Amino acid sequence: MRAALVVAALVLLAACSPDDDETLTVFAAASLTDAFTAIGDRFEDEHPDIDVVFSFAGSQQLVAQVAEGADADVVATADQESMRALDLRSTVFATNSLAIFVEPGNPLRIEALGDLARDDVTLVLAAPEVPAGRYAAAALEAAGVEATPKSFEENVKAVVTRVALGEADAGIAYVSDLLVAADDVESISIPLTHNVVARYPIAAEPGDPLAAAFVDLVLGEEGQLILLRHGFGER
Amino acid sequence: MSARRPPVVLVAPAALGALVVIVPLAALVQRAPWDEVGRQLGSDAARDALRLSLLTSTAATVIAMVVGVPLAWVLARVAFPGRTVVRAVVTLPMVLPPVAGGVALLLAFGRRGLVGGWLDDTFGITLPFTTAGVVLAQTFVALPFLVLAVESGFRGLDGRLEDAAATLGARPLHVFRRVTLPLVAPAVAAGAALCWARALGEFGATITFAGNFRGVTQTMPSAVFLELESGNPDGAVALSLVLLAVSLAILLALRGRLLGAR
Repeated sequence: MRAALVVAALVLLAACSPDDDETLTVFAAASLTDAFTAIGDRFEDEHPDIDVVFSFAGSQQLVAQVAEGADADVVATADQESMRALDLRSTVFATNSLAIFVEPGNPLRIEALGDLARDDVTLVLAAPEVPAGRYAAAALEAAGVEATPKSFEENVKAVVTRVALGEADAGIAYVSDLLVAADDVESISIPLTHNVVARYPIAAEPGDPLAAAFVDLVLGEEGQLILLRHGFGER
Repeated sequence: MSARRPPVVLVAPAALGALVVIVPLAALVQRAPWDEVGRQLGSDAARDALRLSLLTSTAATVIAMVVGVPLAWVLARVAFPGRTVVRAVVTLPMVLPPVAGGVALLLAFGRRGLVGGWLDDTFGITLPFTTAGVVLAQTFVALPFLVLAVESGFRGLDGRLEDAAATLGARPLHVFRRVTLPLVAPAVAAGAALCWARALGEFGATITFAGNFRGVTQTMPSAVFLELESGNPDGAVALSLVLLAVSLAILLALRGRLLGAR
């Protein structure tokens, strides 16, 4: 009986608590997962009565969800093209570039984009449908390399996972992805002449002061420092 | 008089249950971009994906029947220690998130996997990024549906017919083939249909284990997902409708033939 009362009280508490705290919903590209989680913690420190709730997914998926009426206060995507579909005023807050990812120790001695066309290299790329895949194709084209991957992964994290698990010898992903999987992969930089700079835009729901405050934090010194620590370039 | 009318307490939830399934499907049809359906049907990529889906899901179902019917029989008829555990483990892929299933397959049959490493070293066979890998992923996910259906078929059998055949001098394997199997044919057919449908819709384990390459590993569900990723929901809806229409037609045809039209 007593236990039942305790359970009932807990359920009531759990049911009530969200009403006490206001929530800020942030939709962000999958590549921002770690950086934005850290920025969100910082925001909650500054605003103790606010809960920051994230939804991380592919940029196109985020845009489709918002266009279908998902309630997002802040949207941040991995490319400007996706953002344009939303018709919101946005600001570039970070940049990212590409790197070649190989197994630790680089057993196949892959040095440059040209090596990805070798027959003994099992290559995976992100699908051309997602930004990382478009950028990778552009980089290969800029270097004049014709490489056929074994698979077009559905997102950039899956490319890194393939290399980390040893299924693929090499893949092309964002520089910022290295920090997440540093123990299982190694990266080889792509020269600036062939590399692609991805610009990440962020937009706030118009007229929402809390959303504007979050965007300010991202654009401010503190947010920029967190992004830099997670491998992103300056805006 | 009123006793003939089906009770409301059953009809109301039944209608609700049907609506849960019908409303999203109706929304898909209502939203259908018909010109996009035509465009997709005409595209080589969609046709490759559809052909690969039909091929792999059929292969997965055949394999599932070859190993699944005996497995169901053993689980239903042979008492061995740990049977309950084996039965539970065999049905786990039904509750495992398919993406996790794909990772499990990689750890087992990947290039560095438990079995896959040996396959690669000994025979030079690697399964990820191959059509065989797609079939394996689909079999892993869909097999339990067949096993469960067939096992309950074996359990529901009247054992006296088999006893009679044995008394008349038939050997166990002969009894199985000539008496038991024909009796469970409806359960096998139902299980195979479920298994095939699950394999056809399989996405998570397939893309995680086998990858995504047109004509080799890109099935219809992968193509649908990537259309959505590319910011083309119309294309995704169109491909989904094609998959729905094809599977509905095949399931209806099978139902008529195997289970006797009702």
